Amino acid sequence: MALLQISEPGQTQAPHEHRLAVGIDLGTTNSLVATVRSGMAETLPDAQGRHLLPSVVHYRQDDAPLVGVEAQEKASQDPLNTIASVKRLMGRGLHDVKSVGSRLPYDFIEETETAKGMVKIRTAAGALSPVQISADILHALRDRARTSLGGDLTGVVITVPAYFDDAQRQATKDAAKLAGLQVLRLLNEPTAAAVAYGLDKAAEGIFAIYDLGGGTFDISILRLQRGVFEVMATAGDSALGGDDMDRVIAQWIMQQAGIAEDAEHKHIRQLLSIARAAKETLTDHDTAAMQLQFDNGQHWQGQLSRAQFDELIDPLVQKTLMPCRRALRDAGLSIADIREVVMVGGSTRVLRVRAKVAEFFQRKPHVDIDPDKVVAIGAAIQADILAGNKPDSDMLLLDVTPLSLGLETMGGLVEKVIPRNTTIPVAKAQDFTTFKDGQTAMAIHVVQGERELVTDCRSLARFELRGIPPMVAGAARIRVTFQVDADGLLSVSAQEQTTGAYSEITVKPSYGLGDKDIETMLREAMENASNDAARRTLREQQVEADRVVNALKAALKADGKHLLKRREFETINARLDKLLHLMRGTNPQAIKAAVEELEQTTRDFAARRMDKAIQKAMQGKTVKELDAEIEQN
Amino acid sequence: MAVTLTESAAKHVQKALNKRGKGVGLRLGVRTSGCSGMAYILEYADDVEEHDQIFESHGIKVIVDDKSMFYIDGTELDFTREGLNEGFKFNNPNVKNECGCGESFNV
Repeated sequence: MALLQISEPGQTQAPHEHRLAVGIDLGTTNSLVATVRSGMAETLPDAQGRHLLPSVVHYRQDDAPLVGVEAQEKASQDPLNTIASVKRLMGRGLHDVKSVGSRLPYDFIEETETAKGMVKIRTAAGALSPVQISADILHALRDRARTSLGGDLTGVVITVPAYFDDAQRQATKDAAKLAGLQVLRLLNEPTAAAVAYGLDKAAEGIFAIYDLGGGTFDISILRLQRGVFEVMATAGDSALGGDDMDRVIAQWIMQQAGIAEDAEHKHIRQLLSIARAAKETLTDHDTAAMQLQFDNGQHWQGQLSRAQFDELIDPLVQKTLMPCRRALRDAGLSIADIREVVMVGGSTRVLRVRAKVAEFFQRKPHVDIDPDKVVAIGAAIQADILAGNKPDSDMLLLDVTPLSLGLETMGGLVEKVIPRNTTIPVAKAQDFTTFKDGQTAMAIHVVQGERELVTDCRSLARFELRGIPPMVAGAARIRVTFQVDADGLLSVSAQEQTTGAYSEITVKPSYGLGDKDIETMLREAMENASNDAARRTLREQQVEADRVVNALKAALKADGKHLLKRREFETINARLDKLLHLMRGTNPQAIKAAVEELEQTTRDFAARRMDKAIQKAMQGKTVKELDAEIEQN
Repeated sequence: MAVTLTESAAKHVQKALNKRGKGVGLRLGVRTSGCSGMAYILEYADDVEEHDQIFESHGIKVIVDDKSMFYIDGTELDFTREGLNEGFKFNNPNVKNECGCGESFNV
């Protein structure tokens, strides 16, 4: 029979409805899979009780690849077919890899041989891309999750470094697809750590995530706003970590024991594992006893105190603080702005690291959750929510609008209502007005894109608002509301404020729009920025001229005959003709000048019309009556 | 009349309650749904309601409402491991047949 888990009060799901979802920390050195069971997020061990899966794959001819510890064991005897640290190659071409490549001993295939972009590695199982190799790691985790949870997975959340670009993220998604996993979302590793500590439920603020692993160091500065984490800055050192600590201890032992620098490889290995054990001991003890017994009979025994250890690793710890300073500077922040600090990565167990980080940020860092597991746990919490196992109120939303949404205004211009990268759900309203006297309807054209002119943007929908009461141009107030819900569905409504006349439409903005299209649209917007701005200025001047012409024509029709002398009438008409001619041209400055000239010429006319209107209002009234009227107002 | 926990179930519930940080006990019950008539409810309890019966088992308060009691009286809740999978199991003497997966049952 199926095994049950405890639910929150009132949250028991109907049978077969609990959706299995896991979070995966796909790491450079180790990977983990975690899930939420009975309201607790925990990492899942394999049959031997091991939680960490070494991110190593060993390929064989005509046999399934080995993943994890079994693969690691093959590393020294068959290095070319045993791939580790494949994460460093994700979404990378050979030229990108050259710098790292010198340290990775694999048989890379020259770029000319591969069809496109990403680097490939020659193995016993054929030429493999980093995506395929990552997929094998993910596949092993998927199998572990399925046997642990007793069912198929609805979806997964996979974590990636905050600095991963689109190509690296896409490669990660492709690997998941290849492993038969449905990716609910990719989550930034520092964000996952913050989620694990429940910081997303805390007040808004700025957080520092200090991630010191075996071989890499990352510092990320996150800003939490309305339940959404934004990465403000990242910095780090891709070759700094706990392994370096082991190395300095090993060197110290070599000095103490008088071992030559060029010791045999296997002896160095032995030294490193003793060093590592000593480092781990010193987290809980003040001294670590060490014993060395080489197979050549050499023997050494010694002790390392915590004070000595601290002294040895201080230069390394100091090296992590420089990127911290840089990240703060990049984000334009000072230490006082940081609200909380979260520790991630096994090396943050070292007490000296904690102390130094606390000293630097002037506050105690979060260390309660196992720093090796914290990222996977955060991903599991997120996956549980996204799979729909939590009440809606707990919903975490990290999606943004990929492109700006707006509407067409006079002159074919775009008025952006919701800018791109706005987190959803979102609702924004803006007031618009009529352009002509007595206008009773308004066409609303919803567009998407970054360009200034409607013709260059993508048209999403058109609808009309009718029943606007006839008023002079600019008097009506029409509130247009753009609303994007959590699924990215856009609804646009328009309401005239005095009568309440209302109309609305719903569209799916991203429908039929792939990542490629979005990218193209964004690129075009960048490339045409200055050109677009010029065209916008021209259209704006044309629209303004149009407004002035319309108003003047109406005024001339009403009062032109009896308020203007023939000479004046002719001058105004000549200037009006000049403006009408310039309006069809492409020189915004000339149009602007002509508009100003026309306004200058008609100033007297306008003043006379004003006088006439005032006279009309005051006619037949005594001063007393006027005073009374003023008081009433 | 009683509903009990095995020792391992009680241990696990205690751990879960501690981690959750609140709750008076564990609520067991049934509701009509599922592919074979009834489905179990297994939830943390924050409150005791008017028609609830309370049992104490290995230091854990087990809360069952009157209506559910008819269907699960005599049940022992166990916590077991099946391979890598772990979770709770209702050993309910009233069950006549259950669906293949055991998530719902008939009395």
